[in-house]
Amino acid sequence: MSEHVDVLVVGAGPAGLAAARTLARGGVRDVLVLDRESQPGGVPRHCHHGGFGLRDLHRSMKGPRYAETLVHRALDAGVQLQTESMVTGWSDPQTVTVTSPAGVRTVTAMAIVLATGARERPRSARLVAGDRPDGVFTTGQLQQWWYLRGLPVGHRALVVGAEHVSYSAVLTLRAAGVTPVAMVTSLPRHQTVAGFAAMTQRGLHVPLWTGTDVVALHGHGRLEAVELSDRGTAANRNVAVDTVVFTGDWVPDNELARSAGARLDPTSRSPLVDQAGASSVSGLYAAGNLAHPAEAADIAALRGASLGASLARSFGELDVSERRTVEIVVEPPLLWSSPAYLDVGSVARVTDLPHGLVLRTAQFGGRSGVIVEQGARELARFHRRHLVPNRALRLPLTWAPNVDPGAGPVRIRLR
Amino acid sequence: MVESVDVAVIGAGVVGTAIAREIGRSNRSCLLIEARSDVGDATSKANTAILHTGFDAPVGSLESRLVRRGHVLLREYAEQTGIPIERTGAAVVAWTESQQAELPGLLSKALANHYDAAELISAETLYRREPYLAPGARGALAVPDESIICPWTTTLAYATDAAAAGVTLRLDTTVQGIGRDPDGTHLLDTSSGPVRARWLVNAAGLASAEINRMMGHDEFTITPRRGQLVVFDKFARRLVSSIILPIPTGTTKGVLVAPTIYGNLLVGPTAEDLPDPTDTATTPDGLQSLVAAGVAIVPELAGEEVTNSYAGLRAASEHRDYQVSCEAERHYVCVGGIRSTGLSASLALAEHVVELMTGAGYPVVTRAGAPAPARQPNLGEAFMRPAGDPAAVAADPEYGRIVCFCERVSRGEVRDALASTVPPRDLAGVARRTRATNGRCQGFYCAAEVATMLRSESPSR
Repeated sequence: MSEHVDVLVVGAGPAGLAAARTLARGGVRDVLVLDRESQPGGVPRHCHHGGFGLRDLHRSMKGPRYAETLVHRALDAGVQLQTESMVTGWSDPQTVTVTSPAGVRTVTAMAIVLATGARERPRSARLVAGDRPDGVFTTGQLQQWWYLRGLPVGHRALVVGAEHVSYSAVLTLRAAGVTPVAMVTSLPRHQTVAGFAAMTQRGLHVPLWTGTDVVALHGHGRLEAVELSDRGTAANRNVAVDTVVFTGDWVPDNELARSAGARLDPTSRSPLVDQAGASSVSGLYAAGNLAHPAEAADIAALRGASLGASLARSFGELDVSERRTVEIVVEPPLLWSSPAYLDVGSVARVTDLPHGLVLRTAQFGGRSGVIVEQGARELARFHRRHLVPNRALRLPLTWAPNVDPGAGPVRIRLR
Repeated sequence: MVESVDVAVIGAGVVGTAIAREIGRSNRSCLLIEARSDVGDATSKANTAILHTGFDAPVGSLESRLVRRGHVLLREYAEQTGIPIERTGAAVVAWTESQQAELPGLLSKALANHYDAAELISAETLYRREPYLAPGARGALAVPDESIICPWTTTLAYATDAAAAGVTLRLDTTVQGIGRDPDGTHLLDTSSGPVRARWLVNAAGLASAEINRMMGHDEFTITPRRGQLVVFDKFARRLVSSIILPIPTGTTKGVLVAPTIYGNLLVGPTAEDLPDPTDTATTPDGLQSLVAAGVAIVPELAGEEVTNSYAGLRAASEHRDYQVSCEAERHYVCVGGIRSTGLSASLALAEHVVELMTGAGYPVVTRAGAPAPARQPNLGEAFMRPAGDPAAVAADPEYGRIVCFCERVSRGEVRDALASTVPPRDLAGVARRTRATNGRCQGFYCAAEVATMLRSESPSR
């Protein structure tokens, strides 16, 4: 079986659904969204806390409701949506292979938008040693375990990480009747907003142990203890818990992008894209948290919508070899930038990208200047009250029209 | 109630299940006793998953003979049952001048082990075959028949055949004592009730010395040798085409880099002698040193994610050879000290045990009408699996419903495993039968769904 569409979107999370909607509204006739899950909506489906939709839909809702809303908006725009349909690989640069209960088939598209999202780095990839007992989760797994399946979780839990999603894990644990004993982070401070941190520490009495590494898990059958090491004293100690949740530390689901041959950022492992989401492979785009692991759902949706709109405008003229791109290079402690290129041939669109340039830093910093320069020329300078690892650092692209296409890469550094 | 059988086999690892299968297909009844909740759940599940040729076995040893024979038998059996094997070959790489000087000796050893397909290759040839290898290799011994195999399917295939042939499998059962009736029948005191058996086969792996002592013997002791292993992401698979072996030392084959049958790349094992036969924990130093060793051999590994890590315990004795003996008057066969080649030798060990029993005046003869080997689901990445097979999905849509995205495992395959002859009891058991939850996300997407299926469809719960 083979099928032809104008644009194929892989992944029905916030970014994919929003991109598909704007593509359809922008006049692209045949937009197909495939998702491998049995229900569309992506990660918000299993996030039962509020705050979704603030920046795109201008109201706050819980995750499942938000997912449902995005699905309806896409369907209303005329998008075709198929679930339980997994893109398993490429048979040529414009054709993917798909497995679903209806059969194994190929889908060929003029353009393919990957919106495959990001996942949390699991225990093994973090090289946490020890036994392999039950009771080891990521937040995503925990949320599905409890909210989608109603499976029993445990009694006492340690949360590894102190970024936004880590606090969401604390709430899920409490909802599942599990006592969150503590949170632990290798970094010297939490990486969320002060309100969440204070509420969790003082309101819910969940202490945060900073400067602490997770060394090993102990327990046969069921988890019995997590071994921690204090970075200051180098002393190890065991915390008796039957559940541990490894949170955050996002990894993009880049399998399809990588197997297509798209260039990846060496740090984030995301496909390198320009402000329109175009990857290094002609006709292949990356949207949402695949391109910036991980931003809030509404930001992923806004950027996905922007990608869809610009792709609809330029549909039919998709040859990347004709683009005039300028690379964006970040200097340590900055880790990566998304987009990593600016397509200066279409400057009008550059400043349209919602929430601009997304960066990550490896270190905490107080009042800081962020300098954007090209060669010796300073293009812009922004001030930030503080810099926090694992948290969005975003810069407006107001300076982008001043980029000189012939003057080499744009450099971004901290002062 | 006392269960009475002709032969009781203690230990349902790869060796014990192979023996039980052989006896089950004979004129003798057989009971297979296993302390853990699944077959192949100790040493047999956590190893380097290599089907050895025996090219570097101690010359003239029983191990050498049985690995050579077992390799041939297992290849045939794999054809019949669908156990995935890839004949990747191996390269024993010399990195220093002194190592290079050892290569001709290794070639002679291979010949002395009746393996004549090995050849010395130049550094140039080696790099043509293995372009991602770190610079500095001086040459290698190529061993074209060393292969990678699925160790889980192998044990399950044996256990499935054994069960189909009438062998009773008693899981979660430890042997606490062994007595004897005046007529010579063994009386086993087990945690799930007494067992009477005319013959006893000890294939208890890490506990084989302990069982041997219950029988009044002390020819060997087992010092568990822990091997930690690190499994890299499937994207690292392209970095080697064959098994990259170091020059072996006296005690171990050293740290190797090998493709896995599941399409990953494996680095390991460490070799640590431990007092505790249950300590299958990895250690921070072990994992760090393996990653470093892997990067030293294949530098591009530095850019790849680790998918998994685990540790297994080899049942090493103080002797350089297998500890296999038959005590005719006591009706007892001991199959101990099967250090790191039990998977390769398993079918030959089973054949050997049956010969020993027959030679001791207790004929074990394959009976007419013993069931043919059952086909096993193919877990090999290099082969067609249901979710990618148009015919399979057309015939049964459940094979098109992928639950484990990383490993491409369908609901149909999990369903089949849960309904199989030797069903899984837990998530890890499902993983060994289907690969579900074993991928790079380690269950982020699928663990909850697979756990739900396990709870609702498992007949044992």
